[in-house]
Amino acid sequence: MAEKNSNHDSEHEPLIIAFVCNWCTYTAADLAGTSRLNYPKNIRLIRVMCTGMVDTQYVIKAFLGGADMVLVSGCHPGDCHYINGNYKARRRIKLLKEILPKFGIDQERLKLTWIGASDGIQFAKIMQELVIQAKTLGPVKTTNSLAV
Amino acid sequence: MAKTTFIDVENKNTQLAIQNFLQSILELDHIEAILAPQKIGKSVMPVLITDPELIETVDPLAPAFPLNAAKIVSKLTYKPMGKKIAVVLRPCEIRALVELVKLKQASIDDILIIGIDCFGAYTNKDYSLLKASGMTDLTEKFCENVLAEKEPPLENMNISNACRACEQIVPENADIMLGLYGVDIKKQIILRSLTEKGDTLLKDLSIPDLKEFSEDTSERKNLISKIISKKTEFKDKMFSQAKQAVNSLDKLADYFSGCINCYNCRVACPVCYCKECVFNTDVFNHDPYQYIQWAKRKGSIKLPSDTSFYHITRLAHMSLACVGCGQCSNACPNDIPVMEIFKYVSDQTQSSFEYEAGKDINQVPPLSVFKEEEYLDVVGIN
Repeated sequence: MAEKNSNHDSEHEPLIIAFVCNWCTYTAADLAGTSRLNYPKNIRLIRVMCTGMVDTQYVIKAFLGGADMVLVSGCHPGDCHYINGNYKARRRIKLLKEILPKFGIDQERLKLTWIGASDGIQFAKIMQELVIQAKTLGPVKTTNSLAV
Repeated sequence: MAKTTFIDVENKNTQLAIQNFLQSILELDHIEAILAPQKIGKSVMPVLITDPELIETVDPLAPAFPLNAAKIVSKLTYKPMGKKIAVVLRPCEIRALVELVKLKQASIDDILIIGIDCFGAYTNKDYSLLKASGMTDLTEKFCENVLAEKEPPLENMNISNACRACEQIVPENADIMLGLYGVDIKKQIILRSLTEKGDTLLKDLSIPDLKEFSEDTSERKNLISKIISKKTEFKDKMFSQAKQAVNSLDKLADYFSGCINCYNCRVACPVCYCKECVFNTDVFNHDPYQYIQWAKRKGSIKLPSDTSFYHITRLAHMSLACVGCGQCSNACPNDIPVMEIFKYVSDQTQSSFEYEAGKDINQVPPLSVFKEEEYLDVVGIN
Protein backbone atom coordinates (compact mmCIF):
# COMPACT_ATOMS: atom_id res chain seq x y z
CA MET A 1 0.00 0.00 0.00
CA ALA A 2 3.04 2.23 -0.30
CA GLU A 3 1.91 3.59 -3.64
CA LYS A 4 -0.31 6.61 -3.27
CA ASN A 5 -2.56 8.52 -5.59
CA SER A 6 -1.35 11.91 -6.71
CA ASN A 7 -4.28 13.65 -5.11
CA HIS A 8 -3.39 12.05 -1.80
CA ASP A 9 -0.03 13.32 -0.69
CA SER A 10 1.84 12.57 2.50
CA GLU A 11 -0.66 14.63 4.44
CA HIS A 12 -3.37 12.13 3.65
CA GLU A 13 -5.88 12.33 6.44
CA PRO A 14 -7.44 8.91 6.74
CA LEU A 15 -11.15 8.46 7.10
CA ILE A 16 -12.22 5.83 9.59
CA ILE A 17 -15.84 4.73 9.82
CA ALA A 18 -16.67 3.17 13.16
CA PHE A 19 -19.84 1.21 13.79
CA VAL A 20 -20.22 1.31 17.56
CA CYS A 21 -22.84 -0.37 19.66
CA ASN A 22 -25.19 1.74 21.71
CA TRP A 23 -24.56 -0.07 24.97
CA CYS A 24 -20.79 -0.36 25.19
CA THR A 25 -18.52 1.37 22.71
CA TYR A 26 -20.79 4.35 22.07
CA THR A 27 -21.13 4.81 25.82
CA ALA A 28 -17.35 4.58 26.09
CA ALA A 29 -17.02 7.27 23.41
CA ASP A 30 -19.46 9.39 25.37
CA LEU A 31 -17.42 8.84 28.49
CA ALA A 32 -14.26 9.80 26.64
CA GLY A 33 -16.03 13.01 25.63
CA THR A 34 -17.35 13.90 29.04
CA SER A 35 -13.91 13.11 30.49
CA ARG A 36 -12.46 15.60 27.97
CA LEU A 37 -10.14 13.00 26.47
CA ASN A 38 -8.78 13.84 23.05
CA TYR A 39 -9.00 11.56 20.09
CA PRO A 40 -8.39 12.30 16.41
CA LYS A 41 -11.10 13.83 14.26
CA ASN A 42 -10.62 11.16 11.56
CA ILE A 43 -13.14 8.87 13.19
CA ARG A 44 -16.79 9.02 12.15
CA LEU A 45 -18.93 7.19 14.68
CA ILE A 46 -22.10 5.50 13.54
CA ARG A 47 -24.18 4.37 16.46
CA VAL A 48 -25.96 1.06 16.02
CA MET A 49 -28.00 -0.78 18.59
CA CYS A 50 -25.72 -3.81 18.47
CA THR A 51 -22.72 -5.02 16.46
CA GLY A 52 -24.93 -7.97 15.60
CA MET A 53 -26.93 -5.68 13.31
CA VAL A 54 -23.94 -4.53 11.28
CA ASP A 55 -24.69 -6.23 8.00
CA THR A 56 -21.71 -6.94 5.78
CA GLN A 57 -23.12 -4.48 3.25
CA TYR A 58 -22.58 -1.53 5.62
CA VAL A 59 -18.89 -2.30 5.83
CA ILE A 60 -18.60 -2.80 2.07
CA LYS A 61 -20.42 0.47 1.41
CA ALA A 62 -18.10 2.30 3.79
CA PHE A 63 -15.03 1.08 1.93
CA LEU A 64 -16.49 1.78 -1.52
CA GLY A 65 -17.56 5.20 -0.28
CA GLY A 66 -13.94 6.06 0.47
CA ALA A 67 -13.22 4.87 4.01
CA ASP A 68 -9.60 3.95 4.64
CA MET A 69 -10.49 1.85 7.62
CA VAL A 70 -13.66 0.45 9.14
CA LEU A 71 -14.04 -0.37 12.80
CA VAL A 72 -16.82 -2.42 14.30
CA SER A 73 -16.81 -2.22 18.05
CA GLY A 74 -19.15 -3.57 20.68
CA CYS A 75 -19.46 -5.16 24.08
CA HIS A 76 -17.00 -7.71 25.41
CA PRO A 77 -17.98 -11.34 24.85
CA GLY A 78 -20.57 -12.26 27.45
CA ASP A 79 -21.61 -8.64 27.96
CA CYS A 80 -23.78 -8.16 24.88
CA HIS A 81 -27.02 -6.37 25.71
CA TYR A 82 -28.74 -8.76 23.34
CA ILE A 83 -26.83 -11.75 24.71
CA ASN A 84 -24.99 -12.85 21.56
CA GLY A 85 -24.96 -10.10 18.91
CA ASN A 86 -21.22 -9.62 19.21
CA TYR A 87 -20.51 -13.29 18.51
CA LYS A 88 -22.52 -13.00 15.30
CA ALA A 89 -20.59 -9.86 14.39
CA ARG A 90 -17.33 -11.73 14.89
CA ARG A 91 -18.31 -14.33 12.27
CA ARG A 92 -19.34 -11.63 9.80
CA ILE A 93 -16.06 -9.81 10.26
CA LYS A 94 -14.24 -13.10 9.75
CA LEU A 95 -16.16 -13.52 6.49
CA LEU A 96 -15.39 -9.97 5.32
CA LYS A 97 -11.73 -10.43 6.14
CA GLU A 98 -11.78 -13.28 3.63
CA ILE A 99 -13.70 -11.43 0.92
CA LEU A 100 -12.35 -7.86 0.95
CA PRO A 101 -8.65 -8.71 0.38
CA LYS A 102 -9.64 -10.43 -2.88
CA PHE A 103 -10.52 -7.00 -4.21
CA GLY A 104 -7.45 -5.20 -2.92
CA ILE A 105 -8.81 -4.07 0.43
CA ASP A 106 -6.22 -5.22 2.95
CA GLN A 107 -7.78 -7.16 5.81
CA GLU A 108 -5.81 -4.87 8.15
CA ARG A 109 -8.25 -2.12 7.21
CA LEU A 110 -11.12 -3.87 8.91
CA LYS A 111 -11.05 -3.97 12.70
CA LEU A 112 -13.23 -5.52 15.34
CA THR A 113 -12.78 -4.57 18.98
CA TRP A 114 -14.62 -4.90 22.24
CA ILE A 115 -14.69 -1.67 24.22
CA GLY A 116 -16.86 -1.72 27.35
CA ALA A 117 -19.02 1.17 28.54
CA SER A 118 -16.54 2.18 31.24
CA ASP A 119 -13.49 2.06 28.94
CA GLY A 120 -13.40 5.73 27.96
CA ILE A 121 -9.62 5.91 28.22
CA GLN A 122 -9.27 2.69 26.25
CA PHE A 123 -11.58 4.11 23.57
CA ALA A 124 -9.48 7.23 23.05
CA LYS A 125 -6.28 5.18 22.99
CA ILE A 126 -7.59 2.77 20.39
CA MET A 127 -8.80 5.60 18.15
CA GLN A 128 -5.37 7.23 18.28
CA GLU A 129 -3.70 3.95 17.44
CA LEU A 130 -6.09 3.28 14.53
CA VAL A 131 -5.34 6.64 12.94
CA ILE A 132 -1.63 5.91 13.10
CA GLN A 133 -2.21 2.55 11.45
CA ALA A 134 -4.49 4.03 8.81
CA LYS A 135 -1.86 6.63 7.96
CA THR A 136 0.74 3.90 7.53
CA LEU A 137 -1.58 1.90 5.28
CA GLY A 138 -2.36 4.95 3.15
CA PRO A 139 -5.49 5.29 1.05
CA VAL A 140 -7.13 2.31 -0.66
CA LYS A 141 -5.47 2.23 -4.05
CA THR A 142 -7.96 3.19 -6.71
CA THR A 143 -7.30 5.36 -9.70
CA ASN A 144 -10.61 4.62 -11.25
CA SER A 145 -13.21 7.15 -10.26
CA LEU A 146 -15.81 4.72 -11.49
CA ALA A 147 -15.21 2.10 -8.82
CA VAL A 148 -18.38 2.14 -6.81
CA MET B 1 -28.50 -49.33 2.96
CA ALA B 2 -26.87 -48.84 -0.44
CA LYS B 3 -28.17 -51.56 -2.65
CA THR B 4 -26.93 -51.75 -6.17
CA THR B 5 -27.82 -53.39 -9.45
CA PHE B 6 -27.93 -52.63 -13.15
CA ILE B 7 -30.72 -51.50 -15.42
CA ASP B 8 -30.51 -53.25 -18.77
CA VAL B 9 -30.52 -50.99 -21.79
CA GLU B 10 -32.39 -52.30 -24.80
CA ASN B 11 -31.57 -51.37 -28.40
CA LYS B 12 -28.68 -49.20 -27.17
CA ASN B 13 -31.28 -46.63 -26.12
CA THR B 14 -30.06 -45.30 -22.76
CA GLN B 15 -32.60 -42.52 -22.73
CA LEU B 16 -35.44 -45.01 -23.12
CA ALA B 17 -34.08 -47.15 -20.27
CA ILE B 18 -34.06 -44.12 -17.97
CA GLN B 19 -37.54 -43.13 -19.12
CA ASN B 20 -38.85 -46.64 -18.44
CA PHE B 21 -37.32 -46.58 -14.99
CA LEU B 22 -38.91 -43.20 -14.23
CA GLN B 23 -42.20 -44.46 -15.62
CA SER B 24 -42.13 -47.45 -13.26
CA ILE B 25 -41.64 -45.03 -10.36
CA LEU B 26 -44.54 -42.89 -11.50
CA GLU B 27 -46.75 -45.95 -11.69
CA LEU B 28 -46.27 -46.54 -7.96
CA ASP B 29 -49.31 -45.59 -5.95
CA HIS B 30 -47.56 -43.34 -3.48
CA ILE B 31 -45.57 -41.29 -6.01
CA GLU B 32 -47.86 -38.62 -7.36
CA ALA B 33 -45.57 -36.94 -9.86
CA ILE B 34 -42.06 -36.72 -11.24
CA LEU B 35 -40.14 -33.53 -11.85
CA ALA B 36 -37.68 -34.11 -14.66
CA PRO B 37 -36.03 -32.20 -17.51
CA GLN B 38 -38.08 -32.50 -20.64
CA LYS B 39 -37.59 -31.29 -24.21
CA ILE B 40 -39.82 -28.31 -24.79
CA GLY B 41 -39.41 -26.54 -28.08
CA LYS B 42 -35.73 -25.75 -28.45
CA SER B 43 -35.08 -25.98 -24.74
CA VAL B 44 -35.02 -28.55 -21.99
CA MET B 45 -36.96 -27.45 -18.92
CA PRO B 46 -38.08 -29.12 -15.70
CA VAL B 47 -41.59 -30.48 -16.08
CA LEU B 48 -43.86 -31.88 -13.39
CA ILE B 49 -45.39 -35.02 -14.82
CA THR B 50 -48.29 -37.02 -13.41
CA ASP B 51 -49.26 -39.01 -16.51
CA PRO B 52 -46.85 -41.96 -17.01
CA GLU B 53 -47.57 -41.84 -20.76
CA LEU B 54 -46.03 -38.39 -21.01
CA ILE B 55 -42.64 -39.47 -19.79
CA GLU B 56 -41.42 -40.19 -23.31
CA THR B 57 -40.00 -36.73 -23.89
CA VAL B 58 -38.04 -36.71 -20.65
CA ASP B 59 -34.37 -36.16 -21.42
CA PRO B 60 -32.26 -35.89 -18.28
CA LEU B 61 -29.03 -36.53 -20.17
CA ALA B 62 -29.41 -33.58 -22.55
CA PRO B 63 -26.42 -31.25 -22.19
CA ALA B 64 -28.72 -28.36 -21.33
CA PHE B 65 -28.97 -26.63 -17.99
CA PRO B 66 -31.33 -23.68 -18.43
CA LEU B 67 -31.83 -23.15 -14.71
CA ASN B 68 -30.95 -24.69 -11.39
CA ALA B 69 -34.04 -26.78 -10.61
CA ALA B 70 -33.41 -26.55 -6.85
CA LYS B 71 -35.38 -23.30 -7.13
CA ILE B 72 -38.30 -25.25 -8.60
CA VAL B 73 -38.10 -27.90 -5.89
CA SER B 74 -38.23 -25.07 -3.36
CA LYS B 75 -41.49 -23.85 -4.93
CA LEU B 76 -42.90 -27.37 -4.69
CA THR B 77 -41.86 -28.09 -1.13
CA TYR B 78 -41.64 -24.85 0.88
CA LYS B 79 -44.78 -26.06 2.59
CA PRO B 80 -46.26 -29.55 2.69
CA MET B 81 -48.08 -30.44 -0.50
CA GLY B 82 -49.54 -33.62 0.93
CA LYS B 83 -48.22 -35.74 -1.93
CA LYS B 84 -44.94 -37.46 -2.56
CA ILE B 85 -43.01 -36.67 -5.72
CA ALA B 86 -39.76 -37.81 -7.29
CA VAL B 87 -37.32 -35.24 -8.64
CA VAL B 88 -34.55 -35.83 -11.15
CA LEU B 89 -31.66 -33.49 -10.43
CA ARG B 90 -28.06 -32.83 -11.38
CA PRO B 91 -25.48 -33.06 -8.56
CA CYS B 92 -25.22 -29.26 -8.29
CA GLU B 93 -28.99 -28.98 -8.14
CA ILE B 94 -29.04 -31.45 -5.25
CA ARG B 95 -26.34 -29.46 -3.50
CA ALA B 96 -28.28 -26.22 -3.96
CA LEU B 97 -31.38 -27.98 -2.65
CA VAL B 98 -29.45 -29.10 0.45
CA GLU B 99 -28.56 -25.45 1.08
CA LEU B 100 -32.16 -24.35 0.57
CA VAL B 101 -33.34 -26.97 3.05
CA LYS B 102 -30.90 -25.61 5.62
CA LEU B 103 -32.15 -22.10 4.90
CA LYS B 104 -35.69 -23.38 5.44
CA GLN B 105 -36.75 -22.64 1.87
CA ALA B 106 -37.42 -26.24 0.87
CA SER B 107 -37.98 -29.64 2.36
CA ILE B 108 -36.91 -33.11 1.31
CA ASP B 109 -39.50 -34.86 3.48
CA ASP B 110 -41.94 -35.48 0.65
CA ILE B 111 -39.53 -35.90 -2.20
CA LEU B 112 -37.44 -38.68 -3.53
CA ILE B 113 -34.27 -37.44 -5.15
CA ILE B 114 -33.00 -39.23 -8.22
CA GLY B 115 -29.47 -38.16 -9.05
CA ILE B 116 -27.78 -38.99 -12.31
CA ASP B 117 -24.04 -38.99 -13.01
CA CYS B 118 -23.40 -35.58 -14.50
CA PHE B 119 -21.75 -35.04 -17.86
CA GLY B 120 -21.99 -31.26 -17.62
CA ALA B 121 -23.92 -28.97 -19.90
CA TYR B 122 -23.62 -26.16 -22.40
CA THR B 123 -24.47 -22.56 -21.68
CA ASN B 124 -27.95 -21.63 -22.81
CA LYS B 125 -26.51 -19.73 -25.77
CA ASP B 126 -24.30 -22.60 -26.91
CA TYR B 127 -27.07 -25.14 -26.49
CA SER B 128 -29.33 -23.08 -28.73
CA LEU B 129 -26.55 -22.89 -31.31
CA LEU B 130 -26.09 -26.64 -31.20
CA LYS B 131 -29.82 -27.13 -31.51
CA ALA B 132 -29.93 -24.71 -34.43
CA SER B 133 -27.19 -26.67 -36.20
CA GLY B 134 -29.81 -29.36 -36.67
CA MET B 135 -28.01 -32.24 -35.02
CA THR B 136 -30.60 -34.93 -34.43
CA ASP B 137 -28.98 -37.27 -31.93
CA LEU B 138 -27.35 -34.51 -29.92
CA THR B 139 -27.84 -36.10 -26.50
CA GLU B 140 -26.59 -39.55 -27.57
CA LYS B 141 -23.52 -38.18 -29.32
CA PHE B 142 -22.73 -35.94 -26.39
CA CYS B 143 -22.90 -38.80 -23.86
CA GLU B 144 -20.86 -41.07 -26.08
CA ASN B 145 -18.12 -38.48 -26.49
CA VAL B 146 -17.96 -37.57 -22.81
CA LEU B 147 -17.51 -41.22 -21.89
CA ALA B 148 -14.83 -41.52 -24.56
CA GLU B 149 -13.19 -38.47 -22.93
CA LYS B 150 -13.36 -36.42 -26.10
CA GLU B 151 -12.74 -32.76 -25.60
CA PRO B 152 -14.65 -30.75 -26.62
CA PRO B 153 -17.51 -33.23 -26.61
CA LEU B 154 -19.36 -31.73 -29.59
CA GLU B 155 -18.52 -29.72 -32.71
CA ASN B 156 -15.65 -27.71 -31.25
CA MET B 157 -17.93 -26.43 -28.58
CA ASN B 158 -17.09 -27.06 -24.97
CA ILE B 159 -19.44 -27.27 -22.03
CA SER B 160 -19.80 -24.25 -19.76
CA ASN B 161 -16.85 -23.14 -17.66
CA ALA B 162 -18.80 -23.94 -14.50
CA CYS B 163 -19.16 -27.54 -15.65
CA ARG B 164 -15.56 -27.74 -16.83
CA ALA B 165 -14.43 -26.64 -13.36
CA CYS B 166 -16.88 -28.86 -11.48
CA GLU B 167 -15.35 -31.69 -9.50
CA GLN B 168 -18.63 -33.10 -8.26
CA ILE B 169 -19.80 -35.15 -11.19
CA VAL B 170 -21.36 -37.94 -9.15
CA PRO B 171 -24.55 -37.24 -7.19
CA GLU B 172 -24.32 -37.15 -3.42
CA ASN B 173 -27.27 -36.82 -1.07
CA ALA B 174 -29.60 -38.41 -3.61
CA ASP B 175 -31.93 -41.23 -2.63
CA ILE B 176 -31.41 -43.07 -5.89
CA MET B 177 -28.38 -42.80 -8.10
CA LEU B 178 -28.23 -43.66 -11.77
CA GLY B 179 -24.59 -44.31 -12.62
CA LEU B 180 -23.20 -43.81 -16.12
CA TYR B 181 -19.44 -43.53 -15.62
CA GLY B 182 -17.50 -46.73 -16.06
CA VAL B 183 -20.25 -48.79 -17.69
CA ASP B 184 -21.23 -49.29 -21.29
CA ILE B 185 -24.36 -47.15 -21.23
CA LYS B 186 -25.54 -48.72 -24.47
CA LYS B 187 -25.92 -51.95 -22.54
CA GLN B 188 -26.58 -51.10 -18.93
CA ILE B 189 -26.59 -48.35 -16.34
CA ILE B 190 -26.00 -48.54 -12.61
CA LEU B 191 -29.01 -48.29 -10.30
CA ARG B 192 -28.17 -47.69 -6.66
CA SER B 193 -29.96 -46.61 -3.53
CA LEU B 194 -28.03 -44.25 -1.28
CA THR B 195 -30.56 -43.78 1.52
CA GLU B 196 -33.28 -45.72 3.33
CA LYS B 197 -35.86 -43.92 1.22
CA GLY B 198 -34.05 -45.21 -1.83
CA ASP B 199 -33.97 -48.75 -0.42
CA THR B 200 -37.70 -48.66 0.14
CA LEU B 201 -38.29 -47.46 -3.39
CA LEU B 202 -36.23 -50.26 -4.90
CA LYS B 203 -38.20 -52.70 -2.79
CA ASP B 204 -41.51 -51.18 -3.91
CA LEU B 205 -40.40 -51.46 -7.51
CA SER B 206 -39.44 -55.10 -6.83
CA ILE B 207 -36.13 -54.65 -8.61
CA PRO B 208 -34.48 -58.07 -9.01
CA ASP B 209 -30.83 -58.96 -8.33
CA LEU B 210 -30.17 -56.28 -5.70
CA LYS B 211 -26.74 -56.57 -4.21
CA GLU B 212 -25.28 -54.93 -1.15
CA PHE B 213 -23.06 -52.11 -2.42
CA SER B 214 -19.49 -52.27 -1.24
CA GLU B 215 -17.24 -50.60 -3.77
CA ASP B 216 -17.28 -49.16 -7.29
CA THR B 217 -15.58 -51.14 -10.03
CA SER B 218 -12.03 -50.04 -10.72
CA GLU B 219 -13.15 -49.06 -14.21
CA ARG B 220 -15.67 -46.61 -12.78
CA LYS B 221 -13.32 -45.32 -10.13
CA ASN B 222 -10.51 -44.74 -12.61
CA LEU B 223 -12.66 -42.96 -15.14
CA ILE B 224 -14.18 -40.71 -12.50
CA SER B 225 -10.83 -39.79 -10.98
CA LYS B 226 -9.36 -39.16 -14.43
CA ILE B 227 -12.18 -36.81 -15.38
CA ILE B 228 -12.08 -35.07 -12.01
CA SER B 229 -8.35 -34.47 -12.23
CA LYS B 230 -8.86 -32.74 -15.58
CA LYS B 231 -11.57 -30.60 -14.03
CA THR B 232 -9.35 -29.74 -11.06
CA GLU B 233 -6.66 -28.62 -13.44
CA PHE B 234 -9.14 -26.38 -15.25
CA LYS B 235 -10.49 -25.05 -11.96
CA ASP B 236 -7.06 -24.18 -10.60
CA LYS B 237 -6.23 -22.27 -13.76
CA MET B 238 -9.59 -20.51 -13.63
CA PHE B 239 -9.03 -19.52 -9.98
CA SER B 240 -5.59 -18.08 -10.62
CA GLN B 241 -6.95 -16.07 -13.56
CA ALA B 242 -9.87 -14.85 -11.46
CA LYS B 243 -7.51 -13.86 -8.68
CA GLN B 244 -5.48 -11.69 -11.06
CA ALA B 245 -8.56 -10.28 -12.75
CA VAL B 246 -10.09 -8.63 -9.67
CA ASN B 247 -7.29 -7.99 -7.21
CA SER B 248 -8.05 -4.28 -6.92
CA LEU B 249 -11.23 -2.24 -6.83
CA ASP B 250 -10.30 -0.76 -10.21
CA LYS B 251 -9.95 -4.17 -11.77
CA LEU B 252 -13.18 -5.31 -10.18
CA ALA B 253 -14.95 -2.29 -11.67
CA ASP B 254 -13.45 -3.14 -15.07
CA TYR B 255 -14.46 -6.78 -14.76
CA PHE B 256 -18.07 -5.87 -14.09
CA SER B 257 -18.04 -2.79 -16.35
CA GLY B 258 -20.75 -4.30 -18.56
CA CYS B 259 -23.06 -4.85 -15.60
CA ILE B 260 -26.41 -3.14 -16.12
CA ASN B 261 -27.82 -3.93 -12.65
CA CYS B 262 -30.43 -6.26 -14.12
CA TYR B 263 -29.79 -8.64 -11.20
CA ASN B 264 -30.37 -11.63 -13.47
CA CYS B 265 -27.45 -13.37 -11.76
CA ARG B 266 -29.30 -13.06 -8.49
CA VAL B 267 -32.56 -14.28 -9.96
CA ALA B 268 -30.81 -17.28 -11.51
CA CYS B 269 -28.87 -18.04 -8.33
CA PRO B 270 -30.44 -21.04 -6.60
CA VAL B 271 -29.34 -19.98 -3.14
CA CYS B 272 -30.27 -16.27 -3.35
CA TYR B 273 -33.66 -16.70 -1.75
CA CYS B 274 -34.50 -13.39 -0.03
CA LYS B 275 -38.02 -12.30 -0.89
CA GLU B 276 -36.92 -8.71 -0.93
CA CYS B 277 -33.29 -8.16 -1.81
CA VAL B 278 -31.85 -4.97 -0.37
CA PHE B 279 -30.81 -3.93 -3.88
CA ASN B 280 -34.46 -3.74 -4.86
CA THR B 281 -35.43 -1.54 -1.94
CA ASP B 282 -35.65 2.23 -1.66
CA VAL B 283 -32.15 2.23 -0.19
CA PHE B 284 -30.92 2.23 -3.77
CA ASN B 285 -33.48 4.70 -5.07
CA HIS B 286 -30.98 7.46 -4.57
CA ASP B 287 -31.98 11.04 -4.47
CA PRO B 288 -31.25 12.58 -7.90
CA TYR B 289 -29.05 15.17 -6.24
CA GLN B 290 -26.97 12.35 -4.71
CA TYR B 291 -25.63 11.38 -8.14
CA ILE B 292 -24.37 14.89 -8.74
CA GLN B 293 -22.69 14.86 -5.36
CA TRP B 294 -20.92 11.60 -6.14
CA ALA B 295 -19.89 12.76 -9.59
CA LYS B 296 -18.57 16.00 -8.12
CA ARG B 297 -16.53 14.17 -5.52
CA LYS B 298 -14.99 11.71 -7.93
CA GLY B 299 -15.01 13.74 -11.13
CA SER B 300 -17.34 11.26 -12.78
CA ILE B 301 -19.48 8.34 -11.85
CA LYS B 302 -20.46 5.32 -13.90
CA LEU B 303 -24.17 4.70 -14.16
CA PRO B 304 -25.94 2.62 -13.19
CA SER B 305 -24.04 3.00 -9.93
CA ASP B 306 -23.43 0.51 -7.16
CA THR B 307 -22.33 -2.39 -9.37
CA SER B 308 -19.18 -3.27 -7.40
CA PHE B 309 -21.21 -2.76 -4.25
CA TYR B 310 -23.86 -5.16 -5.49
CA HIS B 311 -21.46 -7.93 -6.43
CA ILE B 312 -19.32 -7.75 -3.29
CA THR B 313 -22.43 -7.62 -1.12
CA ARG B 314 -23.92 -10.61 -2.89
CA LEU B 315 -20.68 -12.46 -2.25
CA ALA B 316 -20.92 -11.60 1.44
CA HIS B 317 -24.54 -12.70 1.56
CA MET B 318 -24.42 -15.95 -0.40
CA SER B 319 -20.87 -17.13 -1.04
CA LEU B 320 -21.03 -19.50 1.92
CA ALA B 321 -23.93 -21.26 0.20
CA CYS B 322 -22.59 -21.09 -3.37
CA VAL B 323 -22.55 -24.48 -5.08
CA GLY B 324 -20.77 -23.27 -8.21
CA CYS B 325 -23.53 -24.22 -10.63
CA GLY B 326 -22.69 -21.32 -12.93
CA GLN B 327 -26.23 -20.13 -13.53
CA CYS B 328 -25.12 -16.57 -12.72
CA SER B 329 -22.87 -16.53 -15.77
CA ASN B 330 -25.54 -18.26 -17.80
CA ALA B 331 -28.06 -15.57 -16.97
CA CYS B 332 -25.86 -12.55 -17.67
CA PRO B 333 -27.14 -10.68 -20.73
CA ASN B 334 -23.72 -9.12 -21.27
CA ASP B 335 -21.72 -12.33 -20.91
CA ILE B 336 -19.80 -11.26 -17.82
CA PRO B 337 -18.07 -14.37 -16.43
CA VAL B 338 -19.70 -13.98 -13.02
CA MET B 339 -19.26 -17.60 -11.91
CA GLU B 340 -15.47 -17.42 -12.22
CA ILE B 341 -15.29 -14.76 -9.50
CA PHE B 342 -18.05 -16.18 -7.32
CA LYS B 343 -16.70 -19.72 -7.34
CA TYR B 344 -13.19 -18.46 -6.62
CA VAL B 345 -14.26 -16.33 -3.67
CA SER B 346 -16.73 -18.84 -2.26
CA ASP B 347 -14.14 -21.58 -2.41
CA GLN B 348 -12.06 -19.48 -0.04
CA THR B 349 -14.84 -18.27 2.24
CA GLN B 350 -16.23 -21.77 2.62
CA SER B 351 -12.88 -23.30 3.42
CA SER B 352 -12.15 -20.55 5.94
CA PHE B 353 -15.21 -21.73 7.87
CA GLU B 354 -14.43 -25.40 7.14
CA TYR B 355 -17.74 -25.56 5.36
CA GLU B 356 -18.73 -27.08 2.06
CA ALA B 357 -22.02 -25.94 0.60
CA GLY B 358 -24.39 -28.75 -0.27
CA LYS B 359 -22.20 -31.48 1.15
CA ASP B 360 -24.01 -32.41 4.32
CA ILE B 361 -27.55 -31.53 5.27
CA ASN B 362 -26.59 -31.61 8.97
CA GLN B 363 -23.73 -29.15 8.67
CA VAL B 364 -25.16 -25.80 9.76
CA PRO B 365 -24.58 -22.64 7.70
CA PRO B 366 -21.62 -20.78 9.26
CA LEU B 367 -23.43 -17.49 9.82
CA SER B 368 -26.32 -19.15 11.65
CA VAL B 369 -24.24 -20.30 14.60
CA PHE B 370 -21.34 -19.17 16.78
CA LYS B 371 -19.15 -20.37 19.61
CA GLU B 372 -17.91 -18.37 22.54
CA GLU B 373 -14.26 -19.09 21.90
CA GLU B 374 -13.48 -18.85 18.19
CA TYR B 375 -11.80 -16.67 15.57
CA LEU B 376 -10.01 -14.74 18.28
CA ASP B 377 -7.51 -13.60 15.65
CA VAL B 378 -10.05 -11.32 13.95
CA VAL B 379 -10.53 -9.32 17.16
CA GLY B 380 -8.21 -6.54 18.24
CA ILE B 381 -6.26 -3.80 16.53
CA ASN B 382 -2.96 -5.53 15.99
